[in-house]
Amino acid sequence: MSQPLQDKARELLEKKEVAQVIGYGEGTRAGRARPIFITSPQEASQLIWTLACVNNLAVYLTRKETRVPGRVGIVAKGCDVRALFVLIQEKQIRREELFIIGLSCPGVLSKKAMAEGKQELTEETKADKCKICLVHTPVEYDFLVGEKVDSPEPPSDPYEKIKELESRSPEERWEYWQEELSRCIKCYACRQACPLCYCNRCITEKSIPQWIEKSPHARGNLAWNLMRAFHLTGRCIGCGECERACPMEIPLMLLNQKMAKEVKEQFGYVAGMDFRAEPALATFDPKDHEDFIR
Amino acid sequence: MDSGLTLEGSSEERAKGWEPKITAFVCNWCTYAGADLAGTSRLRYRPQVRVIKLPCTGRIDPLFILKAFERGSDGVLVSGCHPGDCHYTSGNYHARRRFGTFRKLLEFLGIDLRRVQFSWVSAAEGAKWAQVVDEVTQKIWELGPFEGYRRISD
Repeated sequence: MSQPLQDKARELLEKKEVAQVIGYGEGTRAGRARPIFITSPQEASQLIWTLACVNNLAVYLTRKETRVPGRVGIVAKGCDVRALFVLIQEKQIRREELFIIGLSCPGVLSKKAMAEGKQELTEETKADKCKICLVHTPVEYDFLVGEKVDSPEPPSDPYEKIKELESRSPEERWEYWQEELSRCIKCYACRQACPLCYCNRCITEKSIPQWIEKSPHARGNLAWNLMRAFHLTGRCIGCGECERACPMEIPLMLLNQKMAKEVKEQFGYVAGMDFRAEPALATFDPKDHEDFIR
Repeated sequence: MDSGLTLEGSSEERAKGWEPKITAFVCNWCTYAGADLAGTSRLRYRPQVRVIKLPCTGRIDPLFILKAFERGSDGVLVSGCHPGDCHYTSGNYHARRRFGTFRKLLEFLGIDLRRVQFSWVSAAEGAKWAQVVDEVTQKIWELGPFEGYRRISD
């Protein structure tokens, strides 16, 4: 599958339709991939498309270190295109500035599967997010690598774990999250990996006054993870990079998916499917529910 | 004068004469004016609420609610203009969506939602302000000190 990708990238760079192509190249270890940034047609042969292409490359569009002036060709799976759409909605990049090289994606390997050296895609080795994916073919693209495929019905309820937590008592949930968040070391890898955490100055950087503590301490851990989940409410597209990046294996996707579920139920909105739509928390309906307000 | 008070639970703090600390984030144009009216009308209501005035509920960052708990509040009240009456036209509509989702996140993390209350109180509703404060304070009296946050603040 790498050949059509390389050919297209080479063509785009030769014709100067894009100034840069952001894609995946061979990783430092066998069976791994890593982001690469190519600006000449000769480099196009470095591009690969394998089960190890897990990164969400949209994250590089808002980093000044990796952004070159001009149009960008970006290699994107279905989940990655959703991130691109949110960036367009939020005016971080214009649609015209992107040439989306879409990937028809069967799924990628989970962090655990890659660590164990697995190379086949099965229900066990697939990343969790892929098991519930509805965009195996990206919603939009300028060129598609592979054939269009329909997304299969998820074999299980995507909200299974969330519903299980919702059915517990508040005290049990508090204990669960205190336990999980106790491992947080405030490395902010989650923030760095997230394509939608692009604030030049994150709220946690502000120290006069300090709103969110930086030290790895129960109180600040709760504030950080809760507020990041809230700042992503109505924006998170479920790429799971935060959870993959977390060195302490905190189930961050539970928080993000819970909020995505709330936004869908309360406002009928799913992030990243239509870049012309208004983001859920940036707009309102005079008829929004207010059953919680006396 | 506290009538109809019930004290449940037997935590140390209660034994030492604990009273709830409730932080109220209110909008300047409606609820704050309503609270002022309650005052000029000499209405009597529970004194455990501390009012923080903001121009609009749309200015209230959900982070303020967390900060209030971190700083020792046992309950938080957020109150503003009725839909359609916002001095800035739509601030309260944005707040409604924001808090409609934020409270579900708090609930998911195990925070008792009875500790976070919301109301629309207009500038003319002095009596409603007094009633809302009384009801919220009574609820927090019953729930007791926010043990969870006390423990993680050590």
